[in-house]
Amino acid sequence: MKKYALAAILLLAFLGPSPVLFLGPSPAWAVNPDEIMADPVLEGRAREISKVLRCLVCQNQSIDDSDAGLAKDLRLLVRERLSKGDADAEVIEFVVSRYGDFVLLKPPFKATTLLLWLGPLLILGFGLVAIFAFFRPRAMTKAKIGASARTGAEGSDAGAEETAPRTPPPLSEDEKRRIEALMKDGET
Amino acid sequence: MKNRLLYIMPLSVFLVLAAYFAIGLTKDPSILPSALIDKPVPEFSLPPIEGGPGKDFSSADLKGNGVSVVNVFASWCVPCRIEHPQITRLAGLKVATLYGLNFKDEPKAALKWLKQLGNPYAAIGADTKGRAAIDWGVYGIPETFIIDNGGVIRYKYVGPITARRLDRDILPIIKKLSR
Repeated sequence: MKKYALAAILLLAFLGPSPVLFLGPSPAWAVNPDEIMADPVLEGRAREISKVLRCLVCQNQSIDDSDAGLAKDLRLLVRERLSKGDADAEVIEFVVSRYGDFVLLKPPFKATTLLLWLGPLLILGFGLVAIFAFFRPRAMTKAKIGASARTGAEGSDAGAEETAPRTPPPLSEDEKRRIEALMKDGET
Repeated sequence: MKNRLLYIMPLSVFLVLAAYFAIGLTKDPSILPSALIDKPVPEFSLPPIEGGPGKDFSSADLKGNGVSVVNVFASWCVPCRIEHPQITRLAGLKVATLYGLNFKDEPKAALKWLKQLGNPYAAIGADTKGRAAIDWGVYGIPETFIIDNGGVIRYKYVGPITARRLDRDILPIIKKLSR
Protein backbone atom coordinates (compact mmCIF):
# COMPACT_ATOMS: atom_id res chain seq x y z
CA MET A 1 0.00 0.00 0.00
CA LYS A 2 2.73 2.38 1.07
CA LYS A 3 4.70 1.45 -2.01
CA TYR A 4 1.83 2.45 -4.30
CA ALA A 5 1.41 5.78 -2.56
CA LEU A 6 5.11 6.51 -2.94
CA ALA A 7 4.96 5.58 -6.62
CA ALA A 8 1.99 7.90 -7.15
CA ILE A 9 3.77 10.79 -5.46
CA LEU A 10 6.89 10.20 -7.54
CA LEU A 11 4.84 10.05 -10.70
CA LEU A 12 3.11 13.34 -9.84
CA ALA A 13 6.42 15.00 -9.03
CA PHE A 14 7.74 13.80 -12.37
CA LEU A 15 4.73 14.89 -14.38
CA GLY A 16 4.04 18.03 -12.39
CA PRO A 17 6.11 20.51 -14.35
CA SER A 18 5.24 18.95 -17.71
CA PRO A 19 2.71 20.71 -19.92
CA VAL A 20 0.35 17.73 -19.69
CA LEU A 21 -0.64 18.58 -16.15
CA PHE A 22 0.19 22.23 -16.24
CA LEU A 23 -2.84 23.63 -18.00
CA GLY A 24 -2.81 27.01 -16.30
CA PRO A 25 -1.99 30.19 -18.19
CA SER A 26 1.61 31.23 -18.65
CA PRO A 27 2.18 34.03 -16.16
CA ALA A 28 4.67 35.95 -18.28
CA TRP A 29 2.42 36.79 -21.21
CA ALA A 30 -0.68 35.51 -22.86
CA VAL A 31 0.23 35.87 -26.51
CA ASN A 32 -0.39 32.53 -28.16
CA PRO A 33 1.94 31.17 -30.83
CA ASP A 34 -0.77 31.31 -33.47
CA GLU A 35 -1.22 35.05 -32.90
CA ILE A 36 2.41 35.98 -33.49
CA MET A 37 3.07 37.78 -36.77
CA ALA A 38 5.63 36.53 -39.27
CA ASP A 39 7.36 39.92 -39.41
CA PRO A 40 9.38 40.36 -36.19
CA VAL A 41 9.36 44.16 -36.51
CA LEU A 42 5.58 44.30 -36.74
CA GLU A 43 5.28 41.75 -33.94
CA GLY A 44 7.53 43.91 -31.77
CA ARG A 45 5.32 46.93 -32.42
CA ALA A 46 2.22 44.86 -31.71
CA ARG A 47 3.68 43.78 -28.37
CA GLU A 48 4.48 47.38 -27.41
CA ILE A 49 0.95 48.51 -28.31
CA SER A 50 -0.57 45.56 -26.46
CA LYS A 51 1.25 46.60 -23.30
CA VAL A 52 -0.46 50.00 -23.11
CA LEU A 53 -3.99 48.73 -23.80
CA ARG A 54 -6.09 47.64 -20.88
CA CYS A 55 -8.01 44.39 -20.92
CA LEU A 56 -11.52 45.57 -20.04
CA VAL A 57 -12.48 42.24 -18.58
CA CYS A 58 -9.66 41.99 -16.04
CA GLN A 59 -9.08 45.75 -15.91
CA ASN A 60 -5.67 45.81 -14.28
CA GLN A 61 -3.94 43.69 -16.88
CA SER A 62 -2.84 44.76 -20.30
CA ILE A 63 -4.16 42.82 -23.27
CA ASP A 64 -0.61 41.53 -23.63
CA ASP A 65 -0.89 39.86 -20.22
CA SER A 66 -4.49 38.78 -20.20
CA ASP A 67 -5.95 35.44 -21.14
CA ALA A 68 -9.49 36.79 -21.51
CA GLY A 69 -11.29 36.25 -24.80
CA LEU A 70 -11.66 39.97 -25.41
CA ALA A 71 -7.92 40.49 -24.88
CA LYS A 72 -7.17 37.86 -27.49
CA ASP A 73 -9.60 39.51 -29.93
CA LEU A 74 -7.98 42.88 -29.32
CA ARG A 75 -4.48 41.45 -29.78
CA LEU A 76 -5.56 40.02 -33.12
CA LEU A 77 -7.19 43.33 -34.03
CA VAL A 78 -3.99 45.24 -33.23
CA ARG A 79 -1.99 42.86 -35.42
CA GLU A 80 -4.54 43.09 -38.22
CA ARG A 81 -4.42 46.90 -38.20
CA LEU A 82 -0.61 46.86 -38.19
CA SER A 83 -0.45 44.48 -41.12
CA LYS A 84 -2.75 46.85 -42.99
CA GLY A 85 -0.12 49.56 -42.55
CA ASP A 86 -1.54 51.55 -39.63
CA ALA A 87 0.86 53.60 -37.50
CA ASP A 88 1.06 52.72 -33.81
CA ALA A 89 -0.88 55.84 -32.84
CA GLU A 90 -3.61 55.01 -35.37
CA VAL A 91 -4.06 51.52 -33.94
CA ILE A 92 -4.36 52.91 -30.42
CA GLU A 93 -6.79 55.58 -31.62
CA PHE A 94 -8.89 52.86 -33.29
CA VAL A 95 -9.29 51.03 -29.98
CA VAL A 96 -9.79 54.22 -27.92
CA SER A 97 -12.58 55.39 -30.23
CA ARG A 98 -14.51 52.22 -29.34
CA TYR A 99 -13.69 51.75 -25.69
CA GLY A 100 -12.83 55.25 -24.47
CA ASP A 101 -9.78 56.55 -22.63
CA PHE A 102 -10.20 53.89 -19.96
CA VAL A 103 -8.72 51.34 -22.34
CA LEU A 104 -5.37 53.13 -22.01
CA LEU A 105 -3.43 51.95 -18.97
CA LYS A 106 -1.74 55.35 -18.82
CA PRO A 107 -4.42 58.04 -18.80
CA PRO A 108 -3.91 60.86 -21.32
CA PHE A 109 -3.12 64.37 -20.10
CA LYS A 110 -6.15 66.52 -20.88
CA ALA A 111 -8.75 68.79 -19.30
CA THR A 112 -10.77 65.97 -17.71
CA THR A 113 -7.70 64.28 -16.25
CA LEU A 114 -6.02 67.43 -15.02
CA LEU A 115 -6.88 66.75 -11.39
CA LEU A 116 -5.61 63.19 -11.72
CA TRP A 117 -2.24 64.30 -13.02
CA LEU A 118 -1.76 67.42 -10.94
CA GLY A 119 -3.46 66.09 -7.80
CA PRO A 120 -0.22 64.88 -6.16
CA LEU A 121 1.44 68.26 -6.82
CA LEU A 122 -1.60 69.97 -5.34
CA ILE A 123 -1.39 67.84 -2.20
CA LEU A 124 2.34 68.57 -1.94
CA GLY A 125 1.53 72.28 -2.19
CA PHE A 126 -1.05 71.98 0.60
CA GLY A 127 1.50 70.16 2.71
CA LEU A 128 4.12 72.88 2.20
CA VAL A 129 1.60 75.60 3.05
CA ALA A 130 0.62 73.69 6.19
CA ILE A 131 4.24 73.32 7.27
CA PHE A 132 4.86 77.05 6.81
CA ALA A 133 1.67 77.92 8.64
CA PHE A 134 2.74 75.67 11.50
CA PHE A 135 6.29 76.97 11.92
CA ARG A 136 5.92 80.65 11.09
CA PRO A 137 4.06 81.77 14.24
CA ARG A 138 6.92 80.31 16.35
CA ALA A 139 9.61 82.11 14.38
CA MET A 140 7.61 85.31 14.69
CA THR A 141 7.22 85.04 18.48
CA LYS A 142 10.93 84.44 18.80
CA ALA A 143 11.65 87.50 16.69
CA LYS A 144 9.29 89.55 18.81
CA ILE A 145 10.99 88.43 22.01
CA GLY A 146 14.36 89.36 20.51
CA ALA A 147 13.17 92.80 19.44
CA SER A 148 11.53 93.63 22.75
CA ALA A 149 14.66 92.41 24.60
CA ARG A 150 16.82 94.84 22.66
CA THR A 151 14.59 97.89 23.21
CA GLY A 152 13.94 96.85 26.81
CA ALA A 153 15.91 97.93 29.90
CA GLU A 154 17.99 94.69 30.06
CA GLY A 155 19.80 95.45 26.83
CA SER A 156 20.69 92.81 24.23
CA ASP A 157 20.64 89.06 24.94
CA ALA A 158 20.80 85.83 22.88
CA GLY A 159 17.31 86.34 21.47
CA ALA A 160 18.32 89.56 19.77
CA GLU A 161 20.72 87.70 17.48
CA GLU A 162 17.83 85.93 15.78
CA THR A 163 16.61 89.07 14.03
CA ALA A 164 18.28 91.57 11.80
CA PRO A 165 19.68 94.58 13.78
CA ARG A 166 17.31 97.48 13.83
CA THR A 167 18.19 101.00 14.93
CA PRO A 168 16.23 101.93 18.04
CA PRO A 169 14.06 105.05 17.87
CA PRO A 170 15.89 108.26 18.79
CA LEU A 171 15.61 109.44 22.40
CA SER A 172 12.90 111.90 23.22
CA GLU A 173 13.62 115.27 24.82
CA ASP A 174 12.40 113.99 28.20
CA GLU A 175 14.77 110.98 28.05
CA LYS A 176 17.71 113.19 27.10
CA ARG A 177 17.08 115.38 30.09
CA ARG A 178 16.88 112.38 32.42
CA ILE A 179 20.16 110.99 31.10
CA GLU A 180 21.85 114.31 31.55
CA ALA A 181 20.60 114.46 35.14
CA LEU A 182 21.93 110.95 35.83
CA MET A 183 25.32 111.76 34.30
CA LYS A 184 25.60 114.82 36.53
CA ASP A 185 24.84 112.66 39.57
CA GLY A 186 27.71 110.37 38.71
CA GLU A 187 30.18 113.21 38.44
CA THR A 188 29.67 114.39 41.94
CA MET B 1 -9.30 81.47 16.81
CA LYS B 2 -6.59 80.41 14.41
CA ASN B 3 -5.53 77.58 16.68
CA ARG B 4 -9.05 76.25 16.98
CA LEU B 5 -9.26 76.03 13.20
CA LEU B 6 -6.07 74.00 13.23
CA TYR B 7 -7.52 71.55 15.74
CA ILE B 8 -10.65 70.76 13.71
CA MET B 9 -8.60 70.24 10.53
CA PRO B 10 -7.98 66.49 11.06
CA LEU B 11 -11.70 65.99 11.61
CA SER B 12 -12.63 67.95 8.49
CA VAL B 13 -10.04 66.06 6.40
CA PHE B 14 -11.51 62.80 7.72
CA LEU B 15 -15.06 63.88 6.87
CA VAL B 16 -14.09 64.85 3.32
CA LEU B 17 -12.34 61.51 2.79
CA ALA B 18 -15.22 59.58 4.36
CA ALA B 19 -17.72 61.28 2.04
CA TYR B 20 -15.46 60.58 -0.94
CA PHE B 21 -15.15 56.89 -0.11
CA ALA B 22 -18.84 56.57 0.71
CA ILE B 23 -19.71 57.78 -2.79
CA GLY B 24 -16.94 55.70 -4.33
CA LEU B 25 -18.12 52.49 -2.70
CA THR B 26 -21.59 52.76 -4.21
CA LYS B 27 -20.10 52.67 -7.71
CA ASP B 28 -19.28 49.43 -9.47
CA PRO B 29 -15.80 49.76 -11.00
CA SER B 30 -16.51 46.99 -13.51
CA ILE B 31 -19.21 49.10 -15.19
CA LEU B 32 -17.52 51.42 -17.64
CA PRO B 33 -18.94 54.44 -19.43
CA SER B 34 -19.36 53.83 -23.13
CA ALA B 35 -17.28 55.89 -25.50
CA LEU B 36 -20.03 55.56 -28.08
CA ILE B 37 -22.85 57.43 -26.35
CA ASP B 38 -24.22 60.10 -28.70
CA LYS B 39 -22.18 58.65 -31.56
CA PRO B 40 -23.68 57.06 -34.65
CA VAL B 41 -23.83 53.27 -34.63
CA PRO B 42 -20.71 51.60 -36.05
CA GLU B 43 -20.87 50.29 -39.59
CA PHE B 44 -21.51 46.57 -39.64
CA SER B 45 -23.35 43.92 -41.58
CA LEU B 46 -23.94 40.52 -40.07
CA PRO B 47 -25.56 37.38 -41.47
CA PRO B 48 -28.32 35.64 -39.51
CA ILE B 49 -27.43 32.66 -37.32
CA GLU B 50 -26.43 29.79 -39.59
CA GLY B 51 -29.52 27.73 -40.37
CA GLY B 52 -31.58 30.12 -38.31
CA PRO B 53 -34.48 32.46 -38.95
CA GLY B 54 -34.51 36.01 -40.25
CA LYS B 55 -32.45 38.21 -42.50
CA ASP B 56 -29.15 40.04 -42.31
CA PHE B 57 -28.73 42.61 -39.58
CA SER B 58 -26.76 45.72 -40.50
CA SER B 59 -26.29 49.33 -39.41
CA ALA B 60 -28.82 50.40 -42.09
CA ASP B 61 -31.59 48.73 -40.06
CA LEU B 62 -30.97 51.15 -37.21
CA LYS B 63 -31.44 54.35 -39.21
CA GLY B 64 -34.84 55.89 -39.76
CA ASN B 65 -36.85 53.02 -38.31
CA GLY B 66 -37.78 54.61 -35.01
CA VAL B 67 -36.13 53.79 -31.71
CA SER B 68 -34.25 50.49 -31.69
CA VAL B 69 -32.79 48.33 -28.96
CA VAL B 70 -29.77 46.15 -29.66
CA ASN B 71 -29.20 43.34 -27.20
CA VAL B 72 -25.86 41.50 -27.23
CA PHE B 73 -26.33 37.92 -26.07
CA ALA B 74 -25.02 34.38 -26.35
CA SER B 75 -26.29 30.95 -25.40
CA TRP B 76 -23.25 30.38 -23.18
CA CYS B 77 -23.93 33.53 -21.19
CA VAL B 78 -25.82 32.78 -17.98
CA PRO B 79 -26.89 36.37 -17.17
CA CYS B 80 -28.35 36.56 -20.70
CA ARG B 81 -30.66 33.70 -19.77
CA ILE B 82 -31.63 35.58 -16.62
CA GLU B 83 -32.55 38.75 -18.51
CA HIS B 84 -34.33 36.96 -21.36
CA PRO B 85 -37.85 37.24 -19.84
CA GLN B 86 -37.40 41.02 -19.54
CA ILE B 87 -36.07 41.25 -23.10
CA THR B 88 -39.14 39.32 -24.22
CA ARG B 89 -41.38 41.68 -22.23
CA LEU B 90 -39.68 44.69 -23.83
CA ALA B 91 -40.30 43.25 -27.31
CA GLY B 92 -43.95 42.58 -26.40
CA LEU B 93 -44.52 46.22 -25.46
CA LYS B 94 -43.69 47.19 -29.06
CA VAL B 95 -42.17 50.53 -28.07
CA ALA B 96 -38.96 49.88 -29.98
CA THR B 97 -37.63 47.45 -32.54
CA LEU B 98 -35.52 44.84 -30.81
CA TYR B 99 -32.44 43.43 -32.51
CA GLY B 100 -30.08 40.75 -31.29
CA LEU B 101 -26.33 40.50 -31.64
CA ASN B 102 -25.38 36.88 -31.12
CA PHE B 103 -21.87 37.11 -29.72
CA LYS B 104 -19.32 34.35 -30.45
CA ASP B 105 -21.84 31.58 -30.34
CA GLU B 106 -22.18 28.12 -31.84
CA PRO B 107 -25.05 28.30 -34.36
CA LYS B 108 -26.53 25.05 -33.05
CA ALA B 109 -26.41 26.17 -29.42
CA ALA B 110 -27.87 29.57 -30.29
CA LEU B 111 -30.76 28.04 -32.22
CA LYS B 112 -31.47 25.63 -29.37
CA TRP B 113 -31.48 28.57 -26.95
CA LEU B 114 -33.98 30.50 -29.11
CA LYS B 115 -36.19 27.43 -29.45
CA GLN B 116 -36.17 26.86 -25.72
CA LEU B 117 -36.68 30.42 -24.53
CA GLY B 118 -38.38 32.03 -27.53
CA ASN B 119 -37.11 34.50 -30.08
CA PRO B 120 -38.15 38.08 -29.32
CA TYR B 121 -35.78 39.65 -31.87
CA ALA B 122 -36.84 41.25 -35.16
CA ALA B 123 -33.47 40.21 -36.57
CA ILE B 124 -30.35 38.60 -35.17
CA GLY B 125 -26.84 39.18 -36.44
CA ALA B 126 -24.38 36.37 -35.83
CA ASP B 127 -21.07 37.85 -34.73
CA THR B 128 -19.10 34.61 -34.65
CA LYS B 129 -15.68 36.29 -34.53
CA GLY B 130 -16.68 39.03 -32.10
CA ARG B 131 -15.36 41.71 -34.41
CA ALA B 132 -18.64 43.66 -34.70
CA ALA B 133 -18.88 43.58 -30.90
CA ILE B 134 -15.49 45.30 -30.67
CA ASP B 135 -16.80 48.03 -32.98
CA TRP B 136 -19.69 48.42 -30.56
CA GLY B 137 -17.30 48.68 -27.61
CA VAL B 138 -18.71 45.52 -26.06
CA TYR B 139 -16.58 44.15 -23.22
CA GLY B 140 -18.89 41.86 -21.28
CA ILE B 141 -22.25 40.51 -22.27
CA PRO B 142 -25.14 40.95 -21.84
CA GLU B 143 -25.03 44.53 -23.03
CA THR B 144 -27.99 46.51 -24.31
CA PHE B 145 -27.95 49.64 -26.44
CA ILE B 146 -30.76 52.08 -27.15
CA ILE B 147 -30.53 53.76 -30.54
CA ASP B 148 -32.64 56.72 -31.61
CA ASN B 149 -34.39 57.20 -34.92
CA GLY B 150 -31.32 58.83 -36.45
CA GLY B 151 -29.12 55.82 -35.75
CA VAL B 152 -27.31 57.44 -32.81
CA ILE B 153 -26.47 55.40 -29.71
CA ARG B 154 -28.13 57.12 -26.78
CA TYR B 155 -27.82 54.67 -23.92
CA LYS B 156 -25.95 51.55 -22.97
CA TYR B 157 -26.60 49.14 -20.17
CA VAL B 158 -24.06 46.54 -19.10
CA GLY B 159 -25.35 43.47 -17.29
CA PRO B 160 -28.66 41.63 -17.16
CA ILE B 161 -31.77 43.80 -17.37
CA THR B 162 -34.01 43.26 -14.39
CA ALA B 163 -37.72 44.10 -14.28
CA ARG B 164 -36.93 47.16 -12.19
CA ARG B 165 -34.16 48.31 -14.54
CA LEU B 166 -36.51 47.93 -17.50
CA ASP B 167 -39.30 49.94 -15.87
CA ARG B 168 -37.19 52.61 -14.28
CA ASP B 169 -34.46 53.24 -16.87
CA ILE B 170 -34.94 51.53 -20.21
CA LEU B 171 -38.62 52.25 -20.87
CA PRO B 172 -38.50 55.95 -19.86
CA ILE B 173 -35.49 56.48 -22.13
CA ILE B 174 -37.26 54.79 -25.05
CA LYS B 175 -40.33 56.92 -24.37
CA LYS B 176 -38.26 60.09 -24.30
CA LEU B 177 -36.50 59.21 -27.56
CA SER B 178 -39.77 58.27 -29.27
CA ARG B 179 -41.20 61.74 -28.81
